[in-house]
Amino acid sequence: MQKPNNMMLQTLARLIIVIVLSFSIYLLLAGHNGPGGGFIGGLMTASGILILYLSFNFKTIQAVIRFDYVKVIGIGLLFASLTGVASMLFGFPFLKHFFDYFTIPILGEVELTTAMLFDLGVYFVVLASALKIILTIAEDDK
Amino acid sequence: MSNVIILPIVVPFIIGAILILLYKRHTIQRVISGITMLALLALSVFLAIYVYQHGTIVLEVGGWEAPFGIVIVADLLSTLMVLLSTLVGTVCMFFAFQTVAQDREKQFFYPLYLFLMIGVNGSFLTGDLFNLFVFFEVMLISSYGLIVHGGTAYQLRESFKYVIINIFASALFIVAIAWIYSITGTMNMAHIAERVAELDQKGALNIVAIMLFIVFASKGALFPLYFWLPKSYYGPPAAIAALFGGLLTKVGIYAIIRTFTLIFNHDIAFMHKGVIVTIAGITMIIGILGALAQSDFKRILSYLIISQVSFMVMGLGIFTPLAIAGAVYYITHHMIVEPALFLFAGAVQKITGTTDLKKMGGLLGTHPWLTWMFFITAISLAGIPPLSGFFSKFSLILAGFQEQQYVISAVALLVGLLTLITMMKIFSHTFWGKQKHSAEQAKISVGKLLLPILPLVALTIILGFGAEPIFNYSMEVAKDILNPTNYIESVLKE
Amino acid sequence: MELIMAIVIGIIFSVTIYLFMSKNLLRVVAATLLLSHGVHLLLLTMSGLQRGASPILSFDAEAYTDPLPQALVLTAIVISFGVTAILLVMAYRTYKVHKTDDLENLRGSADE
Repeated sequence: MQKPNNMMLQTLARLIIVIVLSFSIYLLLAGHNGPGGGFIGGLMTASGILILYLSFNFKTIQAVIRFDYVKVIGIGLLFASLTGVASMLFGFPFLKHFFDYFTIPILGEVELTTAMLFDLGVYFVVLASALKIILTIAEDDK
Repeated sequence: MSNVIILPIVVPFIIGAILILLYKRHTIQRVISGITMLALLALSVFLAIYVYQHGTIVLEVGGWEAPFGIVIVADLLSTLMVLLSTLVGTVCMFFAFQTVAQDREKQFFYPLYLFLMIGVNGSFLTGDLFNLFVFFEVMLISSYGLIVHGGTAYQLRESFKYVIINIFASALFIVAIAWIYSITGTMNMAHIAERVAELDQKGALNIVAIMLFIVFASKGALFPLYFWLPKSYYGPPAAIAALFGGLLTKVGIYAIIRTFTLIFNHDIAFMHKGVIVTIAGITMIIGILGALAQSDFKRILSYLIISQVSFMVMGLGIFTPLAIAGAVYYITHHMIVEPALFLFAGAVQKITGTTDLKKMGGLLGTHPWLTWMFFITAISLAGIPPLSGFFSKFSLILAGFQEQQYVISAVALLVGLLTLITMMKIFSHTFWGKQKHSAEQAKISVGKLLLPILPLVALTIILGFGAEPIFNYSMEVAKDILNPTNYIESVLKE
Repeated sequence: MELIMAIVIGIIFSVTIYLFMSKNLLRVVAATLLLSHGVHLLLLTMSGLQRGASPILSFDAEAYTDPLPQALVLTAIVISFGVTAILLVMAYRTYKVHKTDDLENLRGSADE
């Protein structure tokens, strides 16, 4: 079999992946009052990781990223559901969210909300399920 | 207190997530999901009793006030439905422990099962139209997973069609939602009901009503949208077919009853007594003719679902307290009997290795317990007194005659008779006649399989002999849903 | 603007129906994708296309948009993502097991 000519892709992937991943984290964090959120952030991270799978060998990346994506889905679902339940334990309605302003060094004053934890759960679920589905089909094809 | 009503949705969610983490270990999955279902059953019994004693409970999710936020509403009808669905879910799960193969169990069988319960319970409890769509989808996506579970060639082929049909129906649901939102400007069902009452239900609103009816009818398998059901319910294992036969169509029927008693109740002469009664009559006949034509255990049962659900819709169409109470009683009866019959089909299949009626016979000699339990359930479905099927059909037909709906009542009587014939066909082919299974097959013990079905058989006897208190309860439910101001006031707190 | 959107939605729906009618498995999957896009656009258009700031108290603007349709569309998009994912896997498995992507061969026999 002819060896694929993916030298340029590999070189550029190193650059692209930094931009994509950092932007996806930005989207995840911005998504409370501005556009963004766990879903879009998760999809973007998944696409970033897919670039890695595309440009480098499947086995190489599998050796580097050793997550069991199925378990990541489970953890994400737990995050999302427990955020909702947490407010029930304090006698508030299910999924009630709270926020406050904190001063963090370097970043300055930021708004932190409990909805963020829910979004983080969504992020994990979307990231892991998108990757799992694509990789399942890709693996099966060999 | 009001947080309790979200538990039938949240508990399976959390447990399902934990089971995903444990997906490689099937024994622990079994134990956890079994305990969860029993706990849910206890919870739903408690909820039903609490709501009966204290009236409707409303939860405003996230503390957002209705009509702006999503509300979860537990009234008499929805708690009854949650109770029944959890009962069916528990029974089918205990049946699945013994019939579903180990390697299949590891393929996320239990998480999917619990997510299906979220969707079903959520559809019953929600008070928001868009949220109803979301829970429908949760239910459907898990049902896609369960219906292809195992992935045989037949399952894949038929499930693909099932998925496409449901995607189309869901798209239509969003279109209907878009229409309702542009007309009324709200998604809260109580608020929509109020706005529709102000606007008077005509023109575009009647179109939306028909559109929603089509969407729910395709889930509830009403004429002419029933064709997908028999083929797709044939593929999956008996425990799943029983669960689907008990729950999925009933969610569609519940949604029809909810929307057409709460929101679209201003044009009864056309919508209820015209469209709905006619469709119920046609569905009954088509379903029973399909069942008569088949000679396969599971296929007959699938067609019977179609003819049976239309009895509930007939109750809604006649639209008197007695008729609605009959429909509620019928839902209760059917959600107990239909899964039981599917589970018997599974037990028979385990013994004879087939569901083809022509290839089996003489089970009476080798498996008398199975035979007599099936016999009780079958004559209950056919409507022989004093079992539950008789009283549910009796009240519906009585209400039909009181309202001068002679045609539909006559059709219902005829269909009841034909149901008896289909049941006798199964009985005479499977249990009577010459023994067609081998001596080794005759030794297969199904005692463990019959144990989970026993509560269902007992319940159909109890529902028959103790008909009066349960019928009074159904009357309460009927009066509650025929008086929508009650629902609207408890949601909007006016 | 609403008129243009109505035409666009109409075109999307007609393409959807055309794809649904085709024999190819993958085209049917693509049709469901397009169908959900069309429906989401319809949902946004039906609730009125508005301009304005997001309805948060701190923003000072003359007009605010209705946030509900956007929330509904976002939810619907997430759901259609999930459905599409499962449908893709199912279509792939069907193709693998039946060794064909021609729906004519997936009809099933009449006596079943």
